[in-house]
Amino acid sequence: MAYFWSLAALIPLNNYGHYIHWGVIDISLANFIVIVLMIIAFIAALFLPFPGRSRRKESR
Amino acid sequence: MSTAEIERQWTTRLRKRATGHLPPEKLLPDTQPAYVSSWIYVFGVTTLAALMLVILSGIILAIRGPQWWHSSSIGHFVNSTHLWSVEIFFFAMIVHLWGKFFMAAWRGGRSLTWVTGVVTFLASVGTAFTGYVSQTNFDSQWISTQAKDGINATGAGSIFNVLNLGQMLMWHIVLLPLAAVLLTTIHVLMVRVKGVVPPFEEQNGATK
Repeated sequence: MAYFWSLAALIPLNNYGHYIHWGVIDISLANFIVIVLMIIAFIAALFLPFPGRSRRKESR
Repeated sequence: MSTAEIERQWTTRLRKRATGHLPPEKLLPDTQPAYVSSWIYVFGVTTLAALMLVILSGIILAIRGPQWWHSSSIGHFVNSTHLWSVEIFFFAMIVHLWGKFFMAAWRGGRSLTWVTGVVTFLASVGTAFTGYVSQTNFDSQWISTQAKDGINATGAGSIFNVLNLGQMLMWHIVLLPLAAVLLTTIHVLMVRVKGVVPPFEEQNGATK
């Protein structure tokens, strides 16, 4: 349980949120991080080899 | 009853139409085309898996109620499971959407598959929104009082009052989940009927 609370303390949730202001764009840091992670997942999905793909190609 | 009469029955016609469009081997196929072995094709089924977890955790929350999910450790856990499965649901659905957009997944008579996906996304946004305003905490009070001005500006506030907790909860646990699950079912059945969209080079006859 103590381990759980020490883990939770890594991200303080009782403070004001952080926001990024860039011209007309105004976005919370949390939302910005999620969007960046989605872009990384999308690019990784395009380029990372899928397990067993070469074997399937050979059997075609 | 004569054979001609049996053939005219709506049950006979419906069964023949359904099995004609979607025979069992097409509904639950044993194999998939080689091009499906790519990570970009994984995000659709990830969305489905997350949706199942959303519904399962939502059912448990509905059984036990707000007192339980606010005050007990297990309630907190199930409440968080509900939130984080929604986060995974939207994360996977957006990457799925990007993947399908850039491979023009509406090709080959798949326009209805694309459209049902788009409408499912919109229904899911509504379901998530009504969930945020149904939490029964300060967060939901803040979100609903902020959202009311936007909703009222559209004129929808006369029938869709975000400050009405009872109404929002009903939309969140009955109407919108029904719509989202029904649309998802149609979407998946359309994928099974038309098959997974091939890459451009496969459609043009070229192979790597």
